[in-house]
Amino acid sequence: MMVPPAERNTSPAQSNDPDGREQTGSVSPPFRAAGSSGPAAPPRQSRSVWLVAEREITTRMRSRAFVISAALTLLIVLAGVMIGGIMQQRSADASANPEPAVVAVVGETPKALSGTRFEPRPAADEGQARAMVEAGEVAAAVVPEPGAAAVPAPLTVLALTEVPEGLEETLTYVPAVELLDGTPNGFNPFAYIIALGFGMVFYMTALTFGTTIAQSVVEEKQTRIVEILLATASARALMAGKVLGNSILALGSVVIILVLAAVGMLATGQDLLLGELGGSLIWFGVLFAFGFVLVATLYAAAASLVSRQEDVGSATSPVLMLVMAPFFLVIFFHDNERVLSILSYVPFSAPVGMPLRLVLDSARWWEPIVSLTLILLAIAVFVSLSARIYSNSILRTGARVRLADALKG
Amino acid sequence: MLEIKGITRRFGDRTALDEVTFSVAGGRMTGFVGGNGAGKTTTMRVILGVLAADAGAVELNGSPLTAEDRARFGYMPEERGLYPKMRVLEQLVYLGRLHGLAPTEAKRSGLDLLDRLGLAERAADSLESLSLGNQQRAQIAAALVHGPTALVLDEPFSGLDPLAVEVVLSVLQDFAAQGAPVLFSSHQLDIVERLCDDVVVIGGGRIRAAGSRESLRTAHSGREFDIEVAGHHADAGWIREMPGITVSHLDGPRARFTAATDAAAQSVLARAVGLGTPVPPADISSAGTVAEAASEALRLHRFAPVVPTLTEIFQEVVQ
Repeated sequence: MMVPPAERNTSPAQSNDPDGREQTGSVSPPFRAAGSSGPAAPPRQSRSVWLVAEREITTRMRSRAFVISAALTLLIVLAGVMIGGIMQQRSADASANPEPAVVAVVGETPKALSGTRFEPRPAADEGQARAMVEAGEVAAAVVPEPGAAAVPAPLTVLALTEVPEGLEETLTYVPAVELLDGTPNGFNPFAYIIALGFGMVFYMTALTFGTTIAQSVVEEKQTRIVEILLATASARALMAGKVLGNSILALGSVVIILVLAAVGMLATGQDLLLGELGGSLIWFGVLFAFGFVLVATLYAAAASLVSRQEDVGSATSPVLMLVMAPFFLVIFFHDNERVLSILSYVPFSAPVGMPLRLVLDSARWWEPIVSLTLILLAIAVFVSLSARIYSNSILRTGARVRLADALKG
Repeated sequence: MLEIKGITRRFGDRTALDEVTFSVAGGRMTGFVGGNGAGKTTTMRVILGVLAADAGAVELNGSPLTAEDRARFGYMPEERGLYPKMRVLEQLVYLGRLHGLAPTEAKRSGLDLLDRLGLAERAADSLESLSLGNQQRAQIAAALVHGPTALVLDEPFSGLDPLAVEVVLSVLQDFAAQGAPVLFSSHQLDIVERLCDDVVVIGGGRIRAAGSRESLRTAHSGREFDIEVAGHHADAGWIREMPGITVSHLDGPRARFTAATDAAAQSVLARAVGLGTPVPPADISSAGTVAEAASEALRLHRFAPVVPTLTEIFQEVVQ
């Protein structure tokens, strides 16, 4: 409902009489700044949200500190992937030329073992060989299959947890294998590294952008520009814009990190590993995106309670705990199936826990979907609480606003 | 016309605003005067919808102010606020767009305002690199960038040097001349006195006086008058002998006196006029009239009520 500029200019009754808006039902801006065609219709809420988000993004992209730290993070990721690749290469080289392994042998040494890296050590009977394996004196024992009539008798390999690499292949035919210690290995370095990787990326990114959003909230509160902003856009729109802008930045940097890691793996010949990680990387991205929205709203709400940059740290420390705890819990319990399942459903640790379980093949296909739903529910609850805290405390400058007061309004 | 009707606002048990009622006419500059903590900033925040009122309403041209109306207002908060690290022009464009301007419009408007405020060459500098006075100008530009339908400025002149006051003043007067209501608060009563059409005085959360500058002065002028006679050996000493007159100051032909009643003042005037050739009474009736006598003898040169300054009115009403 705008009066065309020409009409507005030529109609003094409209431009000089503010009551004109009543008569015409249209808006006649009495002041035309700078040859502009006067105030347009105020933007709808969604446009304000997007404008705020856009400012958050461009401001951050221009900040030298941000660009440097982002570049540094990417370098570290790239270095990590490269070092991982080189280590794997080296261990592959090592297994190509392994140390000789001692193998207990009962009776006649099978011909197949002579001239290999396996060093035979005679044992009196199967019982002694078994004892030697259990005592760890030998890596494995090759014994005739008990009660076999055929000559030569079919052989059985006895080992504690795993058969020394190459032993089975060395024997001319596939022997029966009996593992004496049934419990699985206590430490899985692969799971640990993956947990650490996901955990680090989540923790670092959530912390960086969470702190950014907190500082941005307090900056507006401290400089009081928030008063000008609130005269145009609602507090909820402002907060939503900040969360949206920083979430886009955070997700963007996570995607870049993941792509870089994938490219690095391909470049260093770890394509098998990449194939194994693929699906969980995508789920990590998805869960991270929503998990970060959750964290970001809490950061915005916590920061709105204080008025000075110096107080941001103490105000946001409870949120920091929510980000840090899952990181450490997932790393500590990366091999504890039960704790890990719980963590993979808790909204704050799900972005790290669920992808880890996917890598370890311990999650069914529908589990990440349930986890995502839980995050969305948590967002619904926490966003409305956070928006309430933010709206109620954004204008209260001076002393720190008590949480109870902020919730009451 | 912006009307503030019966606004009450409490903070805890403290009543910051108590039935505040006044209006800001379109096309006029309205000065909002009051001591520290009198309620100026709270009133302005309520007008802008930044704070909610406990009771009362703000109306624009007879209908209650909507969020959409408010989004077209220009506002300059007391505590200056723009992004310190953002470039001046970019802030203006951002704020203009938040108010609904297209990016190109916002940029054009911002550049033009910076030009008029003498900040054009600093457009690309960050706000924090500007002097305080220049930051203040940028703040004015921020309030005006979207061509607001009404302007509410909290202490727009504080921190400006006299030249900058003139620059800002002319921009604001241009703006008011277009017909929009302009409300601004100030501690600097001399500035308010000089450039306001209307004055609203607030004290302790209540409106103490409101009206046009002239009507306020007339309403608050007592029975104090200045008189000056002219001619050979002109001397106003005779006033002391008039009944019901207390002379506070006498200096040859000039005197200042307080009359106990209107009649006493009139009798002084009649006698003064009688000093020389009578003049038509119509000329004498209005204040400040110069009554002239044709003769070389004693004549009345000036007779006028003493008009109080805004500072005096302020001190009187806020007591």
